Parts: sequence; C-alpha cells; structure tokens
Amino acid sequence: MKFLPLIWSNLKRKKVRTIFTVLSVFVSFLLFGFLVAVDNAFTSGVDVAGADRLLVIHKVSLIQPLPATYGPRIKAVPGVEAVTFANWFGGIYQDPKNFFGQMAVDKDTFLDLYPEYVLPAEQKKAWLADRAGAIIGRQLADRFGFKVGDRIPIQATIYRKPDGSNLWEFNVSGIYDGAEKATDTSGLYFRYDYLNEGMGGRLGFVGWYVVRIADPARAADLSKRIDGLFANSPAETKTNTEKAFAQSFANQVGNIGAIVRWVLTAVFLIMLVVTGNTMAQAVRERTNELAVLKTLGFSRGKVLGLVLAESLAIAVLGGGLGLLLAIGVFIPALGKALRSFLPVFFLPTGALLTGVALILLFGTAAGLLPAAQAMRLRIVDALRRV
Amino acid sequence: MASNWFSQVAAVTAVNLRTVPQRRGSSLATIVGVAGVVIVSIAVFSIAEGVRHTLSASAASDTAVVLRSGSDSEMMSGLQRDATRIIAEAPGVRRSPAGPAASAELYVIVDLPKRSTGTDANVPLRGVQPAAFDVRDQVRIVEGRRFEPGRNEVVVGRAAASQFAGLDVGNHLRWGENEWTVVGIFEANGGLPESEIWCDVGVLQPAYRRGSTFQSVYAKLDSPAAFTAFKDALTSDPRLDVKVVREDEYYAAQSRALTGLIRIIGAFITVLMGAGAVFAALNTMYAAVAARAREIATLRALGFRAGPVVVSVLAESLLLALAGGVIGAGVAWLAFDGFQTSTLNWSTFSQLSFSFAVTPPLIALGVVCSLLMGLIGGLFPAIRAARLPVATALREL
Repeated sequence: MKFLPLIWSNLKRKKVRTIFTVLSVFVSFLLFGFLVAVDNAFTSGVDVAGADRLLVIHKVSLIQPLPATYGPRIKAVPGVEAVTFANWFGGIYQDPKNFFGQMAVDKDTFLDLYPEYVLPAEQKKAWLADRAGAIIGRQLADRFGFKVGDRIPIQATIYRKPDGSNLWEFNVSGIYDGAEKATDTSGLYFRYDYLNEGMGGRLGFVGWYVVRIADPARAADLSKRIDGLFANSPAETKTNTEKAFAQSFANQVGNIGAIVRWVLTAVFLIMLVVTGNTMAQAVRERTNELAVLKTLGFSRGKVLGLVLAESLAIAVLGGGLGLLLAIGVFIPALGKALRSFLPVFFLPTGALLTGVALILLFGTAAGLLPAAQAMRLRIVDALRRV
Repeated sequence: MASNWFSQVAAVTAVNLRTVPQRRGSSLATIVGVAGVVIVSIAVFSIAEGVRHTLSASAASDTAVVLRSGSDSEMMSGLQRDATRIIAEAPGVRRSPAGPAASAELYVIVDLPKRSTGTDANVPLRGVQPAAFDVRDQVRIVEGRRFEPGRNEVVVGRAAASQFAGLDVGNHLRWGENEWTVVGIFEANGGLPESEIWCDVGVLQPAYRRGSTFQSVYAKLDSPAAFTAFKDALTSDPRLDVKVVREDEYYAAQSRALTGLIRIIGAFITVLMGAGAVFAALNTMYAAVAARAREIATLRALGFRAGPVVVSVLAESLLLALAGGVIGAGVAWLAFDGFQTSTLNWSTFSQLSFSFAVTPPLIALGVVCSLLMGLIGGLFPAIRAARLPVATALREL
C-alpha cells in the first residue's frame, strides 16, 4: 500500500501519455461492451428459451400452416402438460419501418405456457373479456407511447378480410413485462378468435403449436411421438425444443458470435501492442531511476510489482471507465437506435465478469515484458547509461 | 523564398524519416494500430457491400414486379391465375414469338441443412413459368440443364448450391410428399436468384396446395421508360388490385434494413477503434518529438522556421499511418474479398447467400481513414515541436 504514491507519481510523470494510453484502453472496453451486447441480442433467445417447451412446426418449413385440429391430439400424448398455438400476423403499423411482431394466440392457454410474460390480473381479465383486445410488451408500449385502452390500427399484409379491407384494429387490454431482462417484450399478442371471426370464421389452421412437457429430459422422445402422430399425413410436423429452435434461428442469421469474437480478438491484440509499447517506453525512460531503487534495496520482485502495478492501474482505470460508460450510456442509447432490429439489447452479468477478468489479464499482459526487463536490470549497467 | 521553404521542409523531413528506425517499437505500434482499424472496418463494411451487391446485381429497372396491393414482399402476396394473365397482356411487356416475357411465380421456403453448420435453414424455392428465363436474361445454366415443365425437377443457384447440403446435380431431395431431382446449376451475375432454387410453378402449386394461385408476376418491359404506362394500366384496371414496383427498387428496399444495421454497427466499431488508434499515434509522435527535442531546437537555432518543423512531424505521422492503411486494406482484401456466406433476409424470411465484397471505394475509404488518423495523431505533437522554446530544449539532456 505504501507504494501507491510512487505508482501514482510514475503515472503522472508523463501526463499526456498516460491519458492517451488510458483512453485507448477505455475505447477497447467500450467496444467490448458494445460487441458483446450485439452478440447477446442475437443469441439471448437461446438462453431464455423454456427448457420444458417444445415447438411443433410444419415439416417443410415454418411458413406452412398446420391444421387447427392437431391441438387436442397433441394434448392427448402422455407426458404433455399443456398445448397452445400461435399464428404470425405480419401487419404494418403506419409504416413498414415500424416493424414489430404481431401474433394471434389462444387467449385461454397462451399466458399459461409463457409465464415469463407478466401481466396484472385485472388486465388479463380485460383481455379475456374483449374479443378485439391485445396485450403488448413493455418495450413496444414505450416505443410508440401506447397505453391501456388505446386503439392500434394495423394494416394486414397477409390477412385481408373477406370484404377486401386490410384494416384491423386492436384495443390495448394490457401491457406485459418480462420476468427476466432478456425476455423479449417487443411484441403484440391478440386473440385468435378475433382473427378467425374477421376472416369469416373459416381459418381452420394455425402457424405452430407450443407444448409444455412434464419432464424436459423426455423432450426427444416426446418430439418423436408427436411427429409420429402426423406421419404420412398431408401436413407432417417437425417438433423440437424451443432452445433448439432458437439456436437454429440464430444460426440462420449467421455466426454472429464468431464474427464478434474475431473483431474483439483483433481489437485486443492491437491494443496490447499499443499499450505494451507505451509501458515499455515508460520503463526505458526510467532505467536510471529503477537502478537507483534497486541500489536502495528494492528486491527484484518489488521492481517487477511496481511496473506491473502501473500497467494494471492504467488498465483498471481505462477499462473500468469503458465498461461503466458502456453499461450506463452507450448500450441504452444504442439499444434505442437499434430496437426495431434487435429488441433485446443489454450486457449480461456474465459478460461483465468476463470484462473485469479481461481488464486484469490485459493490464498484466501489457506490463509483463517491460516489468520483466526492469526486474532483470543490472544496477551497474543501468547506472552507467546516461 | 518559396523554394527555400520547400528545401527546408525536405531537409527536415528527410532527417525525421531517417530516424524512424531508431523508434522501431513505437512506429510499429502505430502501423499495427492503424492497420487493425482498417482491416476490421473494411471487413464489416464489405458485408454490407456484399449484401447490397447481391440484391442489386441482377435487378433491372426495366423489369417490373407485380404483387397484391398492400404486400411488401412476395411472401405475403397472392394473385389469382386470371389476374396473372391480364398482367402478362398489359401494354409495355416485351413480346417474342414465344409470347410475353412475363412469369407468374410462387415463392415458398424449404428446410435444408447449411453445409458449414449442419443446422437447418430456410432456403427459398421459387416456382416459375418458362418465360422466367427471358425475364431474368442474366440467368444462365452453367451445369446440367433446365428443369422440364411438369416434372419434379429443380435448378439451383450457384450460391445456394455452395451454402446448403445436397444441392448437387443428380441428387434427389424430399420436401413434404414430393421427391425432387436437381438437374442443373445456374448463375446470375452474383445476384439474388443465385440464392434460390427454381422449379416449374405448375408442379409447385399442387405440391404446396396453393390451387391456382400465384404470388407475383415478373415482367420484362420494352424499356425502363415503359414502366409508368405499364403501372398505370394495371393500377387503373378495375379487375386488378395490385402494386407494381421496379425490380431494382423492390430489392433495394429489401437490402435497406439489413445493410442499414450492418452499417450502423460498422460505423460504431470504426469510430471507436479509430479513436484508439489515434491515441496510439499521438503517443508515438509525442515520444518522437520529445526524443528529438534537442535536434529540433538546434535546427531552429540554425534558422529553420516553424513551418517546416510542423510539416516534417506531420509527414512522418502521415507516412506511418499510410503504411498501416495500405497494409490493412491489402490484408482485408486478401482475407475477405469473395468470402461466401449466407444470412436471413428478413423481408422474405429466407436465406440470402452472398459473398463479402471489398470494393475499390471501400479500399479508398480505408486509406483515407488511415490518413485522417495520421493527421490527427501528428497535428498536436507537430504544434508542440514548433513551439519548443529553443533555449530550454537545447539545455535539456
């Protein structure tokens, strides 16, 4: 502890250089926070996917609908606890730029299958009572300033009413919050019976089924059973866990994780060279002083520690500020700018810990070579140099 | 007078540059820093460039896309057979002895595993009429042959064939109740059709239970100018309820969201990394100036003026940054140009195969960025060099 003033005055020795080095470390960790949030935005669906939920989709592809009659048959499979279904609506609110997901769902079972959508009891009651009611996510409500009781007009692109009209209107019955930070609250869910009625009552199909099973360990077995029910029918199914589905969806977008890791590795290697070089410079300039310290009786270990502490101080200062600013300012601001593309945009706690570990690793690595040089310094040689 | 100034600049700069090897470490750090920024930003922007290129390469302004009104993409559209006949007969559609160059089409998605990961992806399967090959005249079969009308045969775009497993000529594929045979591979100047699989729409309709409905009509017009008349004729026809767009505008709109997102992220990465590299360059140049303080002071004492000193420091910093920029651009071009991959096109919910495109403007952008970093990184140290008080600097050890 008593060496702190010494480290501090070493840092102050060339203020400009210290500031620039701290700033370049700062920038690297700002970037770290940003890129990890981007990666998380594409993959968080995989982490929050319910382990006890299966998705049943048409075998050929997700866009093919399934007969509405499949629900009870799936429910009858032993081990299945609950079944609900959903249907993609894909309408436009005012402008295609204002994209958000709209789904027609079964009012009686939907919330039971998705406990991560938290809706006040009286709002749920209001939704059940209003055929044209819809529940919307907190993020969506904030984005357009929707309040309970508002009427949202949506232009249908797929579901044109029999009278030729494209306009569907939904009453906001409730606003749901996410049980977790990673829960996507950017969507609108409305009642399937409203869709069916609007389409003349002859819809007869749904987009996909969601199944809750009693024992997640039996997911593979139950998936096979469900698919077996509809084998060789005109609409064969493909059942998988929600997690596998989210994963395959993330894979479809591309290997974002690999790109992010690649960029970060490049950034850190470059910053390591840059900061390491600055540290080396700082040590080279002080060869005389270090020799004097050694003459005064500083052990090899202490000299090593002094230089390492200096580089760690720079890393902690710059990296810490970078992470804080990323969490406090940049990620919320960018999240707002990117919300129509990436509804879930935040830095997960695990990544924060990785960031802290990286700061320490980075500080040590950047200072290691100069510190070792300083440690190996022979007093006689060093003092002779002018 | 002026020639004297220039000779001073030349002399001081030459001295400066000759001392660069003495500061090998920090000069190298600047070069590496700048090169890194240039590599990463060119790589990210080349993704956006590649997507844009794919969606625009084969789209023509004299081709019209007709959809049901209110739909943004083919996925959501629907047209009856009668409507497609009226559209094909509309004024402005190019005609040949074989009939009008208009193809009514159906666009669906099939699941195929990606070659790279083995996981399923949504691959677009497009049912077309024979005229499709006249409408998209850049499409050429490069292996095998065209599908025969009425048979369960498909031809596959070059990019799709390389991204997804099982799309080799002679292979059999099973989607739903039908088995299909791959009979050919086609190219389309690197454009969007290369991401797709094509078959006879007459076979696809029953296979997907679409009755006699289509989703879009692609029509080749006599000229780009014929579009307005064609559009007016269709939108004023009481038998139709359609939306008419030029093919190039239709695809440009699809690429906008994706390239917009990539560009926002790319710009953010570039600015941040660029700032980091500028700090490194500043450190290097300040150190360079400090190391040569006595030398600079001597020059000033000999009668060299401030201008040449400033220019010489700037020149050194610019040259280091330029070296970094050129190296970075070269590495980015070698490593990324033409790298094939695929992603999800949100407008159609299907896979878009594209390759990274490191274009000359991107390379120029990288080099300009590197010079900018060199300029900022050199300017302040240069001013400090010029302001060094001669007497104190000479006394310094």
